[in-house]
Amino acid sequence: MAACGGDDGGEEGTGGAGGNGEVGAEPVTLSVATFNEFGYEELFTEYESLHDNVTIEHVKADTADNARDALRNSLGADSGASDIEAVEVDWLVEFMQYPDKFADLSDPSVDGRWQDWKVAAATTEDGKLVGYGTDNGPEAICYRADLFEEAGLPSDREEVATLLEGDWQHYFDVGKDFVASSDAAWFDSANATWQGMINQVEVAYQDEAGEIIATTNPEVRELYDQVLTASVDDELSAGLGQWSPDWANGFQESSFATMLCPGWMLGVVEGNASGIEGWDVANVFPGGGGNWGGSYLTVPAQGDHVAEATALANWLTAPEQQVKAFEAKGTFPSQVEALESEELLSSTNAFFNDAPTGEIFAERAKAITFQPYKGPDYFSINTALQDALTRVDVDGTDDAQSSWDKFVSDVEALG
Amino acid sequence: MTRLRPPVEHADRLPRPPRRIGLGSRLSRWDVKLSPYLYISPFFLLFFVTGLFPLVYTGWVAVHDWDLIMGQGEFVGTKNFVEVLTGRDFWTALTNTFSIFLLSSVPQVFAAIVIAAALDTNLRAKTFWRMGVLLPYVVAPVAVALIFSNLFADKFGLINSALGVLGIDPVGWHSQRLPSHLAIATMVNFRWTGYNALIFLAAMQAVPRDLYEQAAIDGAGRVRQFWSVTVPMLRPTIIFVVITSTIGGLQIFDEARMYDQFGRGGADGQWQTLTVYLYELGWTRSNFGRASAVAVLLFLIIVLVGLLNFWITRRIASSEVKR
Repeated sequence: MAACGGDDGGEEGTGGAGGNGEVGAEPVTLSVATFNEFGYEELFTEYESLHDNVTIEHVKADTADNARDALRNSLGADSGASDIEAVEVDWLVEFMQYPDKFADLSDPSVDGRWQDWKVAAATTEDGKLVGYGTDNGPEAICYRADLFEEAGLPSDREEVATLLEGDWQHYFDVGKDFVASSDAAWFDSANATWQGMINQVEVAYQDEAGEIIATTNPEVRELYDQVLTASVDDELSAGLGQWSPDWANGFQESSFATMLCPGWMLGVVEGNASGIEGWDVANVFPGGGGNWGGSYLTVPAQGDHVAEATALANWLTAPEQQVKAFEAKGTFPSQVEALESEELLSSTNAFFNDAPTGEIFAERAKAITFQPYKGPDYFSINTALQDALTRVDVDGTDDAQSSWDKFVSDVEALG
Repeated sequence: MTRLRPPVEHADRLPRPPRRIGLGSRLSRWDVKLSPYLYISPFFLLFFVTGLFPLVYTGWVAVHDWDLIMGQGEFVGTKNFVEVLTGRDFWTALTNTFSIFLLSSVPQVFAAIVIAAALDTNLRAKTFWRMGVLLPYVVAPVAVALIFSNLFADKFGLINSALGVLGIDPVGWHSQRLPSHLAIATMVNFRWTGYNALIFLAAMQAVPRDLYEQAAIDGAGRVRQFWSVTVPMLRPTIIFVVITSTIGGLQIFDEARMYDQFGRGGADGQWQTLTVYLYELGWTRSNFGRASAVAVLLFLIIVLVGLLNFWITRRIASSEVKR
């Protein structure tokens, strides 16, 4: 990977923009489209003060889905995209189908900046780098220490980490002990748990030749049965559709004791569970490491200031800046150097019982060994599968088998 | 009857040579003939550009493989239509659309007429009440949907909690089909009833007051006056409201899309309407060809239902005249 990147960098370096951001001195206005919280507000001011000729305009979408729709539309129309567009990892693959629509960002200055799998996911077969990695979603387990204690389980975060160490079946088995002596469920929903499980499958829904294998891949079916057995038969799931109003209320009602926590989820939990005490986070994840979410900055080729935008994106995703973004909004860095920075490692989270979140998530990030292959149809297939889980776990309109049959026909209809 | 031929006594006369007319009067004749069309032409020109062209273009897209980003692909003929019509989603969406449409339009027209009748009486602070019924219409549909989807939440929603107090089992407002249609219809009614009420009110104001006086002299009470004077006089307005709400009802989108966090109409397509299905095909799956096929089908359905609607309301209207 490193050697390959180096070669490309050599070729690109001659004509490329260079990494220092000094591209001409004509005044330019660069628009940057993001969604949710990237923590870039102060960084923009800083960049403007470093470059007199640059004015930055921030276009902020409320949800990632809206940002995706907007970007698709402007790529389709070949106009209207911002100079820099943020792209989420789950739909990056879709946009990787159209590498010509994006500028090649490979550059010697970014070699070795990110974890290998982060770069690999944004690199096309012929070595074109489509996006600069921003944050990641290394996953840990968030849990309610008070509910653990009431159910007679250890509640200290080190002890919980030891208790839950193992595979998914072990996680569910501990859950069975828990629900036997508690009113609360073990986890929030089958959907959320599925997200953790499927992100550990190297090739899940579509193989690299583009063949859809979701309905025939035994690994997918096994996980599907496993999560639904745990959720419905063993009653470990609170049956709350993720992101629904019920789910948000479930935090206040103490409906469940654990949930999968990528770094960015901490803010979500804190928001939904405000006023509830007892949340903590343990340095453990079933089945090893896992990544859920994270984003990239891309530069659409249709822009008028591709070179200047590349320089800005390069600067924004450098380790020093990413650490500042982490401090601002908790977006966990994907940059190798940032993972070792003192500011990151020493940070704690007051809501989660002062857990050393910087240290925990840095550990969790190191446990991630690969990025699963997500084909261009990943988003659609995973959506259909999430629907299948919802029908059984939340709605109760189907059992596991009939819901799977519908999933198979949904996938066939994707065509 | 218009006369088709000139009177017989003039028939044998030679055709009169054309009278010479000055430029001024010729212009004025052109003015009479053409001006009305010129006055209304901006609408039609705009319609051709913004209405007709997209309509025809949609038909063009529907017979091609068409990706949102990559654009036009091969010509595939009726393939998109066949795929849509043989799939399960289209028919589910069609049933849902009609179910939600009936649950919203029918009660809406009745409620709107009753509210309009109430507003048509001698109220103090008339304008306040009239503006009041329009208030729900002003609220953005997205905000309405957010509030209602919280009210109708399955586990911890306000409505299910209230039902629990009354000892009634919680209703699966999101998981079950009919309840989800009811909930969405409630949102639509909340938003549109007041708007339609104002249209009816305007029509009621145009009913000559002496009709009511005569009815009162004949001994008709308020209710009788309403049924025998107000409703028949409202006929054209009712037709108008029914047709506009048909078009709107069959295109229902905002409420259904905002009803849950994913906006796809439920895990089992419980409340997926045709427009939500169309949006999913076009934007989530990037398949513009198939989405356009759905759009064309939706257009045909609306035309059909519109005609049927018109025919039925006409029948009702004329049968009432006979009575």
